[in-house]
Amino acid sequence: MPELLVGTKKGLFVLSGDEPGSYRIATRAFAGDVVEYAIRDRRTGRYFASVTSGFYGPRLMFTDDPAGEWQQASGIAFAEGDDVSLERIWKVKEGEAEGQLWAGTDPAALWESRDGGETWSRNEALWKERIAGDWQPGLGGLALHSICPWPGDPMKLAIAISAAGVWITDDGGQSWRTGYTGLVPEYMPEESRADTNVLCVHNMHRAPAQPERLFMQFHGGVYRSDDQGETWNDIHEGLPSPFGFPLVTDPADPDSAFLIPMTGAEDRVVPGGSLGVYGTRDGGETWSPQGDGLPTDAYVTILRQALDRDGEGDRMGLFFGATSGEVFGSSDAGRSWFTVAPRLAPVTSVRVG
Amino acid sequence: MAVVTLRAPLKDLAGGNRNLEIAGDTVGDVLRTLESTWPKTTGWILDEHGAVRRHVNVFRNGERVDAATALGTDDHLQVLPSITGGT
Repeated sequence: MPELLVGTKKGLFVLSGDEPGSYRIATRAFAGDVVEYAIRDRRTGRYFASVTSGFYGPRLMFTDDPAGEWQQASGIAFAEGDDVSLERIWKVKEGEAEGQLWAGTDPAALWESRDGGETWSRNEALWKERIAGDWQPGLGGLALHSICPWPGDPMKLAIAISAAGVWITDDGGQSWRTGYTGLVPEYMPEESRADTNVLCVHNMHRAPAQPERLFMQFHGGVYRSDDQGETWNDIHEGLPSPFGFPLVTDPADPDSAFLIPMTGAEDRVVPGGSLGVYGTRDGGETWSPQGDGLPTDAYVTILRQALDRDGEGDRMGLFFGATSGEVFGSSDAGRSWFTVAPRLAPVTSVRVG
Repeated sequence: MAVVTLRAPLKDLAGGNRNLEIAGDTVGDVLRTLESTWPKTTGWILDEHGAVRRHVNVFRNGERVDAATALGTDDHLQVLPSITGGT
């Protein structure tokens, strides 16, 4: 079974197990601090953890051994002359160039490393768009949380920000353009919807096998783009709610996406206490609930980064964690589920190591 | 020189030193020198703007102070987490 990196409100838990139901805690790191997000760069084996201390602020840590000593990465910090301070590191993502990684933060900024994640610098072209555009935060802050490289092409990248929409580059981040045609922000007055970029994207993932295709969980809508994020079509019909946060795609199947709907903005728990992952295998034409083995009467919340996958196709693993502290897994693309960990701290992120 | 007293985890980031003698005219000067001498402490006490972080308290001879506070030669600084920052 794959190693799992579970970020929680009380540290990072590294879980391992030989078979479903046998997971145990292999390591706990950053006890007492919030671990917003953690990944393992599969190219190098290096682990990264976004850690926010309630006292000493946010930082990005890295190590080659999660049970050993962690080092602090440098460069993810705003300048003394900027009008903002770093609140949170939302996302770390492998880039397509050697040694390249991307990071997204609150306040919304994109950061790039070219040395395997030890040092970072801010993408100034996007930062200038932020200053010119008067970007607005969502409930969770002004968060750059989705980073979608184009497989094999380091020049192409799409990112998403809550609540400043989708941004696309074809020149490695030297220039950016928005993609919002088709998105309907129902939280805005009707007469203001057409040209606004106050777009609260909750999550966005690319379909690697068909890179011009992206799936998006929006603040009241689920969308698919077939043109790199330029235009969007609502595909939420058949879901119990258009609201939610977690989303993954299947690398083998560009018609597949999986998400976990929440009731709505005012009630961010699964609808009717019915915990389940909803999957589509036809690009969003139809959706199927997949919850066999998951608890019922479960009024839980699954956060944005708390769903991940392992492998692909019918044997794809799915793993997610709830703010109630439970982590669940599936070895058959969601058809059946088992409990990975019953009682961790509130889960902020789950990633397969 | 002011004496700066640190607790874990800051002490560990400063080479395990609980007490350090550091010269500076203000609290901010001393803490910036701490950062340059022990780079792992950078960003932990002062934020990007040079202010003491919201949930960290710095005391001079028992009195809570900010980064702009002037220091005398025999002052004692203690850096402590505040009661408001836990999660």
